[in-house]
Amino acid sequence: MMKKNDYSSVMSRKGEILKNATGIDYQQFESSAVTFNYGNLLGSPGYSIDEVRSIQAETGVGNTPLVELKRITSLVRSLSPPGKGARVFIKDERANPSGSFKDRRASLSVYHSSRLGYKGVIAATSGNYGAAVASQAAKLGLKTIIIQEVYDSRHVGQPEILEKTRACEAYGAEVWQMTVGPELFYMLLLMLEETGFYSASLYTPTAILGIETLGFELAEQAKERVGKFPDAVIITHAGGGNVTGTARGLMKAGASSTAVIGASVDLRGMHMASDEDFNRKSFTTGHSAFGIPFLTWPDRTDVPRNCARALRYLDRYVLVTQGDVFYVTELLSRMEGLQRGPAGNTSLTAALAVARELDRDQVIVVQETEYTGAGKMPTSQLTFARENGIEVRRGDPKENCPGRTIVIPEGVEQIKVEDVDLDKIRESYIRNARQSVEDYKFQPFDLDFLAEDSKSKHDFVKRILSLSETEKKS
Amino acid sequence: MKSKNNDRAKKGDLVQVYLVILKPEERVKKLPECTKRVPYEAWVKGILIDESAVIGDRVRIKSFIGREITGTMTGINPGYNHNFGLPQPELVQIGLEAWLETRKTEEDK
Repeated sequence: MMKKNDYSSVMSRKGEILKNATGIDYQQFESSAVTFNYGNLLGSPGYSIDEVRSIQAETGVGNTPLVELKRITSLVRSLSPPGKGARVFIKDERANPSGSFKDRRASLSVYHSSRLGYKGVIAATSGNYGAAVASQAAKLGLKTIIIQEVYDSRHVGQPEILEKTRACEAYGAEVWQMTVGPELFYMLLLMLEETGFYSASLYTPTAILGIETLGFELAEQAKERVGKFPDAVIITHAGGGNVTGTARGLMKAGASSTAVIGASVDLRGMHMASDEDFNRKSFTTGHSAFGIPFLTWPDRTDVPRNCARALRYLDRYVLVTQGDVFYVTELLSRMEGLQRGPAGNTSLTAALAVARELDRDQVIVVQETEYTGAGKMPTSQLTFARENGIEVRRGDPKENCPGRTIVIPEGVEQIKVEDVDLDKIRESYIRNARQSVEDYKFQPFDLDFLAEDSKSKHDFVKRILSLSETEKKS
Repeated sequence: MKSKNNDRAKKGDLVQVYLVILKPEERVKKLPECTKRVPYEAWVKGILIDESAVIGDRVRIKSFIGREITGTMTGINPGYNHNFGLPQPELVQIGLEAWLETRKTEEDK
């Protein structure tokens, strides 16, 4: 009998499709509807960090330079209180084969899929990850399908994503360019079932283990350059993999007292499934519309249990504006001679604000850059923004309004970060866990799991759970 | 001058096809109004398998990884037309401003 391919039929086969497409039986790691063994799931593919490093070296991934931004540091110091202004370094991840840190997660996943005997890989992504998967698969002789959200219903494409289509096709991928909608996941399931290919999800164990080398390397490089581990590492945060992998790598290198700071572009108020909002934003990733929901509920992805769990690792989470990031992207080019893509400079933007709070002998590492080019430049994004009715002007970044106005700051001193209250995020996460299981009675070990998963305490979890129970009854 | 042949592709040409994946009524229920009322659509490129076709014909293509896909032909070798955009007056002054700021500090010393 022919399988039915309507939306609900395909979604009902989700568990079986993903099991076949990842080679992982997620159920074996679950001890209740809430709790699963995160460590064992991550350990299940069986790669040590040394093995990951040598697998990545085979395809030219990793060992990217750590560059000190001396002129930017001195500019920041000139505008900081006396004694303040940390040294800022940047990890030039653009030096990876396809031009971003995404090669790290793609390399291990593609290697793993090849070892498991899959003939091809599929990823649903509009970002650099698609090019990374296609590049690694080309090197290992596997086929690639990339599914991207590119167009609004007028068939107008976001320039940055059109560039990703070009890059993926250049590496030989079959690229599906989709209109706006969360049905991207349905499309992914359809393709996985049809082809029997491996799901190179951003959220499997290998996708996270591949990033650990980034944290590990930068810790080693900082130690060699300045004689100590960095005081803070700033990481652009979207789906959570970048924060999770980098933080774990730092810990594996012994840098346990380094502060882990996540940064996203503020796109609050914009709806990601909205056809009208789609082309009114200048950042297609690294923004709060992914960053916040993925913290408050990581298991909203294309795998049953997400291995990117940033809330476990974040010490601080900050937001910057679109205009700030364009300003800093220009600064990086003009003062340091580095033309790099705008989205990856989200963390650099936050670093300029955070550096002014820290002492001069402290060290901040911005842990990525990405390639730039047609569609990805501030010039292409701002031209496109104006064409879509967005006002672009200079002024106070406070006047930025996502979807309406992009304000380019008048000086570095105007760039400030807005701290997101992580306790509120933790509370939402615990409430979402409560909502995910109807009528389930939480066991003490579930509370321990939620505490660990949200970097909070058993008592905090208990208090939030009983609060939500009381609200439910009333 | 455009000839009529611009709309005609022959076997072996690189073309783009279009598919409606879900009609509006088949889409996920929880969507913003503006998304709900439009179909979920897809475009994909490949090599034309059929002998000859014009824009709007239902055709078969071989994708870049060799899979056969059927859809409505919407383009013959469509270009990559995203670009670098226009120079932005709001950005070009940033470098000079920063240079003057650091120079001022050096002179103060």
